[in-house]
Amino acid sequence: MATTTTATPAAPGSDRLRQLSVTQRFLARPAAGALLIVIFVWIVFAVLSLTRGNGAFLGLAGALNYLDVASQVGILATAVALLMIAGEFDLSIGSMVGFAGIVIGIGVTIWGLPLWLSIILAMAVTTVLGVCNGIIVVRTGLPSFIVTLATLFIIRGASSVLTSSVTNITYIPIDPQTIAGDPLGAIFGWDLPIETGGGATTSIQVSIVFWVLIAIAGIYVLGRTRFGNWIAGAGGSASAARNLGVPVARVKISLFAMTALSAAVLASIQSARFASADVLRGTGFELDAITTAVIGGCLLTGGYGSVAGALLGALALGMARQGIVFANINADWYQIAIGTLLLVAVVLNNWIRRRFAGLS
Amino acid sequence: MEPTPLTDALMDRAAPAVAADRPPLLEARDISKYFGAVVAIEGVSLTVRAGQVTCLLGDNGAGKSTLIKTLSGVYQPDKGTLAVDGDPVRFSSPRDALDAGIATVYQDLSVMPLMTITRNFFLGNEPTTGFGPFKRFDLGRAAGIAREEMHRIGIDVRDTDQAVGTLSGGERQTLAIARAEYFGARVLILDEPTSALGVKQSAIVLRHIIAARNRGLGVIFITHNVSHALPIGDTFTILSRGRTGGQFRRGEVDADTLHGQMGGGDELNELTRELEALATTPTAPPASPSAAPPAPN
Repeated sequence: MATTTTATPAAPGSDRLRQLSVTQRFLARPAAGALLIVIFVWIVFAVLSLTRGNGAFLGLAGALNYLDVASQVGILATAVALLMIAGEFDLSIGSMVGFAGIVIGIGVTIWGLPLWLSIILAMAVTTVLGVCNGIIVVRTGLPSFIVTLATLFIIRGASSVLTSSVTNITYIPIDPQTIAGDPLGAIFGWDLPIETGGGATTSIQVSIVFWVLIAIAGIYVLGRTRFGNWIAGAGGSASAARNLGVPVARVKISLFAMTALSAAVLASIQSARFASADVLRGTGFELDAITTAVIGGCLLTGGYGSVAGALLGALALGMARQGIVFANINADWYQIAIGTLLLVAVVLNNWIRRRFAGLS
Repeated sequence: MEPTPLTDALMDRAAPAVAADRPPLLEARDISKYFGAVVAIEGVSLTVRAGQVTCLLGDNGAGKSTLIKTLSGVYQPDKGTLAVDGDPVRFSSPRDALDAGIATVYQDLSVMPLMTITRNFFLGNEPTTGFGPFKRFDLGRAAGIAREEMHRIGIDVRDTDQAVGTLSGGERQTLAIARAEYFGARVLILDEPTSALGVKQSAIVLRHIIAARNRGLGVIFITHNVSHALPIGDTFTILSRGRTGGQFRRGEVDADTLHGQMGGGDELNELTRELEALATTPTAPPASPSAAPPAPN
């Protein structure tokens, strides 16, 4: 950063304050680092795509491609970021994606329920699991990292047991006709085909719409509601927040429920798009979602973070994953890229926070 | 504005009209609290009147924390009663105490350094605007009030969107005190508000305690620093090993007596003698390098 510090001398005797430039004000926002990361990742893969591939990364089709990938984890990122700001983790979210899909699949194929009812059932059951996570964490006072690691194994295992006991396989196909004719199936399976020139077509996936809408809702809740203020307070210091009358337990349990619900939303979209349910869906998403939140400026210790940052973090992840494909690089490099990105982001966010927000 | 030295501020203190015939704002009578076999406090009494600073002094482990946690509803006393305005009360949670106008400011647990001044000021008491699902945190109004209140307590913030972590320790304590007062506290319990602060920062907080007292609040000021308590206290209660070690009015007591009553007097005198003996012991002139002991390897 070439920003020069324009420190005005402190008013005599009063507190030491200085005038901040517009750049400094921007950099004091928690999402600033994530925006810089996104710009950096875009430039890197734009260059790689032009030099090693056909430059498709830069076009509309390329953009819709990485937006789609970003939206998958992005749907989870908002709730995960809010939970992290409240000082908690949910490692079981990936297993919940698989579990919710299995409930939808079994509901439609074995119990003969309409798809919309199966989806609502899956959302309800998954939300209850989230509430259980929250209650265990709040009541026992154990770190949520440990509690949800345990529920990750339990839920993943239960999904396998459940599926193999009814179908003997861990994969449940759903009839595409059922999906097309169902009101909720039509929403979660929706996409908008568009021409990208030269006769090629691509489409805007509904997951992108959900990702952005959920993020906007999250930004509003965190920034503009009492509940949002309680989230940051609960994460900053649970005991101090409690002394001020904030219902810390209720805040945390609601956020665990929201995290679980967002997993069910992603499962509904995936089930409708792929016309199937699979036990293994969502594997690894818990770490991807935490990565997006951390790139987005959330502190692992809670009390500080941004939903807009998590949205940008998901975008950076999607760009890196598809950018490697567009640049004709072996996809194995993706994990190396993400790991490096995460490290750079954390160091950058720390530096920005210290340097521009005046916080250590 | 050059801050006035503490002593000047003390000269300004207009003696507030303390109606002695009115029941005290908060009274603890013969409070005892046990944790299993441990006697945390035994038969402790304390009175806070409007417009008075009651200093609670004691060494570490004297039971100060237990007493204030009992007064603020965190603990329930095993024996004895609490009375607000002369009427016996029972607090089952900190919320009950808050509703009775008793606010406690803990030393480092009172504000969130990563949240803005406005958000800290209104945490748990956010003003809202709009109806039903569109009800939202009225940040504009909150920022206005926060700016006004910060100005009133003498903290010159240009921007209430700056994080509390950028304020000094004294300013953070002052913010917590102003917040408690704004939300209707009549009794302020301040737990060691100056113990982690330097001289100047302590002065900011002490000056604000006097200002709150002059506005008619009752203040319980917990400290183990006699030189902070003496200039601002109206009454002094000493806790020693869980029991009331002595109660004095302003002017009846000096620093040595207070130290002695806190249980640290004898030890402190001994330490003073020891240090004086060390200081007067003739030592080899440090200029001579040969006199220096060999450096340990």
